[in-house]
Amino acid sequence: MSPARLTVPKTYKLYIGGKFPRSESGRVYEVTSRKGTFMANVAKASRKDARDAVLAARAAVSGWSGATGYNRGQVLYRIAELLDGRRAQFSAEIARAEGVSAAAADAQVDEAIDLWVWYAGWADKYVQVAGNANPVSGPFFNLSTPEPTGVVAVVAPQGAGQGSGSLLGFVRAVAPALVSGNTAVVIPNEQAPLSALSLAEVLATSDVPAGVVNILSGSAAEIAPWLAGHADVNAVDLLGAGELEWVDLQIAAAETLKRVSPPESGPDAGAPSVERITFFTETKTVWHTKGLL
Amino acid sequence: MTFLEYAPAPESTAILDLKSEYGLFINGGFQPGNGEAFQTISPATEQQISTVSCADEADVDTAVAAARKAYEKTWSKMSGADRGKYLFRIARLVQERSRELAVAESLDNGKPIKESRDADIPLVAAWFFYYAGWADKLDYAGLGSAPRSLGVAAQVIPWNFPLLMLSWKIAPALAAGNTVVLKPAETTPLTALLFAEILQQAELPDGVVNIITGAGATGSALVNHPDVDKVAFTGSTAVGREIARSTAGTAKKLTLELGGKGANIVFDDAPIDQAIEGIVNGIFFNQGQVCCAGSRLLVQESVHDEVVDRLKQRLSTLRVGDPLDKNTDIGAINSATQLGRMRELSDIGEAEGADKWSADCVLPDEGFWFPPTIFTNVSTSHRIARDEIFGPVLSVLTFRTPDEAIAKANNTPYGLSAGIWTDKGSRILAVADKLRAGVVWANTFNKFDPASPFGGYKESGYGREGGRHGLTAYLAPAKTAATSTRPAVKGSSK
Repeated sequence: MSPARLTVPKTYKLYIGGKFPRSESGRVYEVTSRKGTFMANVAKASRKDARDAVLAARAAVSGWSGATGYNRGQVLYRIAELLDGRRAQFSAEIARAEGVSAAAADAQVDEAIDLWVWYAGWADKYVQVAGNANPVSGPFFNLSTPEPTGVVAVVAPQGAGQGSGSLLGFVRAVAPALVSGNTAVVIPNEQAPLSALSLAEVLATSDVPAGVVNILSGSAAEIAPWLAGHADVNAVDLLGAGELEWVDLQIAAAETLKRVSPPESGPDAGAPSVERITFFTETKTVWHTKGLL
Repeated sequence: MTFLEYAPAPESTAILDLKSEYGLFINGGFQPGNGEAFQTISPATEQQISTVSCADEADVDTAVAAARKAYEKTWSKMSGADRGKYLFRIARLVQERSRELAVAESLDNGKPIKESRDADIPLVAAWFFYYAGWADKLDYAGLGSAPRSLGVAAQVIPWNFPLLMLSWKIAPALAAGNTVVLKPAETTPLTALLFAEILQQAELPDGVVNIITGAGATGSALVNHPDVDKVAFTGSTAVGREIARSTAGTAKKLTLELGGKGANIVFDDAPIDQAIEGIVNGIFFNQGQVCCAGSRLLVQESVHDEVVDRLKQRLSTLRVGDPLDKNTDIGAINSATQLGRMRELSDIGEAEGADKWSADCVLPDEGFWFPPTIFTNVSTSHRIARDEIFGPVLSVLTFRTPDEAIAKANNTPYGLSAGIWTDKGSRILAVADKLRAGVVWANTFNKFDPASPFGGYKESGYGREGGRHGLTAYLAPAKTAATSTRPAVKGSSK
C-alpha cells in the first residue's frame, strides 16, 4: 500500500487587473490557521502594488459601468454559480483558517453565495428605486438617475474568527459597490486572507472583466493610507477599518473630496442593504427641453 | 453698432425699511454679538447699507444651544402636518414681501433687479412651498417608514444667491424635523436678517431657526461645534475640503456644494439663436458668480467662428450698470476681493496666450465692475480653462468629434454642471450619459427648481439639494442604516 498522497499547496498571490502577480516588493507574510499551524506565505502588497491596482481599476470603469444592468447582474450571478460549485473547497479553507466547525464554515459559504445572488438581482433595479422623474415648473422633461462613482477603495472586515467571517465579510464589502458599475481595490482580511484570494480565482473565471475587482493582501495599516490619498480613487469604504487609524484615512480622503463610508463592527457589519449600493453612486439630473408644438 | 437709448428705470428703495444695525437672530429675537460688528455695503456704490453683528464662539454656542432646546422641546415633537403649515406660512410671507426682498438682495449683492425679482425670490418661495408639503409625507422619502430627523443642522451659505441658498438649506431641514443655525456670507447678510423678521411674522417657535452673522471664523466655529448633527455647506472647494477634514471621525452628516468649471457643449447642428442666448445665460447670469456656470464653451470647430461672432454681437447689447435699474443685464461684482480674483485670472489668461475680448461698455466710477469677457484660442492646459473664475469670463475651446467634446468636458476635477446644444435627441441622451456632472442641461442652461436635485460629482462636493434627494440629506432611516433593509439571506445548511 502506497503512503498517503502528498498534497500540492497553493501559492497565494495578489489579484490585479485580472492577473495573479506576486508583490513587486517581493514580500510575503505568514498566514497561520487559528490553531497556529502554517497555511501559506501570502503576498504582502506594497504602495506600488496599490497604485497598479488603482490603475487597473480605473481602466476597467468604462467597460463595467457601461455594461447594461442586466449584463452586470448576470456576471454577478455567475460568481454565485461558480462559488457554489467550489463550496467544499471554500468551506474547508475557512474551517481551518478561522477555526470554526465544518457546519459553520458551510453556512458562511452558503450565505456568501446567496448574497451574490441577492446583489446580482439589484443591478437592473436600483436605478428605479433610487432615481426620480421630477415634476419641475416648466416645459422640461427632468430625470434624476444614479450612476457609479468610479473607483472604490475598500477595507474589508478584519480579524480571524470575528464578525461575519472572512469570506462573507469580503463579499458584503465588495458586492454592493460592483452592482452599480464601480470597480474596486480591496484590502481583504489581513489575518484570514485566504478565502478572499481563492475568491479571486472564482472572479477570474466568472466573466468579471479584468480590473473590476483587485485584491491586495498584506498590511491594511500600510496600504490603506495610499488608497485613501490616491487622487484617482473616488470613494473609500472603511467598513473594516475600525481598528486602523481610520480618522486619518478619512482626513486623507478629504483632499480630493472622496465619498467615505465609515467603519462598522460586529456580526452585522456591512449587512446587505440598498444603501450600500446607493452610497457609491452619484445622482445625475438631466433637463431636456420640450419643444413647442 | 447702435441700439435704442434707454432711460434710467431704477426700482425704488423706498419699499425697504432697513434698520441701521442688526443683531444676531437667536431663540426668536435679535441680540448683539460679542464679535466686532461690521458693515455691509452695496457693491454698486460702495455705500454702507447697515451694520451687522459678528458672532464669536460664545454666540455660536448660544445659538446651537437654542437650536438644540427647540429641537428637543418643540420641533421634533411637533406633527409633520404642523411643521408643514409653518413652512407654507413662510412661503406665503416671502411671496407677499417679494418686491422688498428683491430690492434688498440687489442692493446688498449687486445682482440685477430683474434676476432677484424674477429668479431668486420666486424660487425662494417655491422652495419653501415644495418642502412644506413633504413635512407630513416623510414615509415616502425613500428611507423606509418613519425616518428620523438628525437634530441640529449647521448651515453655511455663500454670497452669490443669498436668500435662495438660505431657502435651499432651511426648507428641507425644517421639513425633515431638524432645527437650524445658519450663517449667511459676510458680504450679503441683509436678506437673511429680513428673513428672520419673516420668521417672527410666521410665529415660528423660538430657536427653530437661528441666524448668526460673521465671517469665516464664525462659520468654522459653527460647523465644528460638537453639538451639531448635520453640516451643510455651499461655497468654495478649498473651504469644503477643510470642512471634510475637520468633521472626519465625527457622526456629523455632511453635504457639500462646491465649485465647478461647467462645460457648455455646442454641436454644429445646434439651434444657434437659442444656443447664443443659452451661452450668455450660462456664463453671464449673476455676473458669472454661479458655481454651476457654463464657464467653458466647447464649440464644434465648424461653427466656432459663427458662434463667437454672434456672441460678441450679443454681448455688445448687454447693459452693465446699476443693479436696481430694471433694464440692467449685468450688475456689480459682489466684492473687491472677487473682482481682484477675476482680474488676476484674466491677466493670467492673456499672459498664457489666449485672446481676450471684452464688451465695449462704460463702467460706473464707484463700485466693483467687470465687463462681459470672452477668451478665444484657449487650450485645456490654460489656467482660465481649469480654475473657477467665478465671474463674467467665458473660455472658448473647440472640438471635432463627440468623443473629444466628452473627454474635454470631463477633463476637470470638478463635476457640477454641463450643457449640451444639438438638434439631435439621441445625441443628447448619449452625451449626457457620458458627462461626469451632477446636472446636465440639454438645449437650456441654469435652470433650477425645488423638485430637481442639484449637486456635484468629484471635487464639486457630495449630497444633493432639491427634490426627494435633497430631503434625504436631512433624514436617517428609522433604525441604523446597516439593518434597515436586510434581506432574508440565510445559509441552506443552518
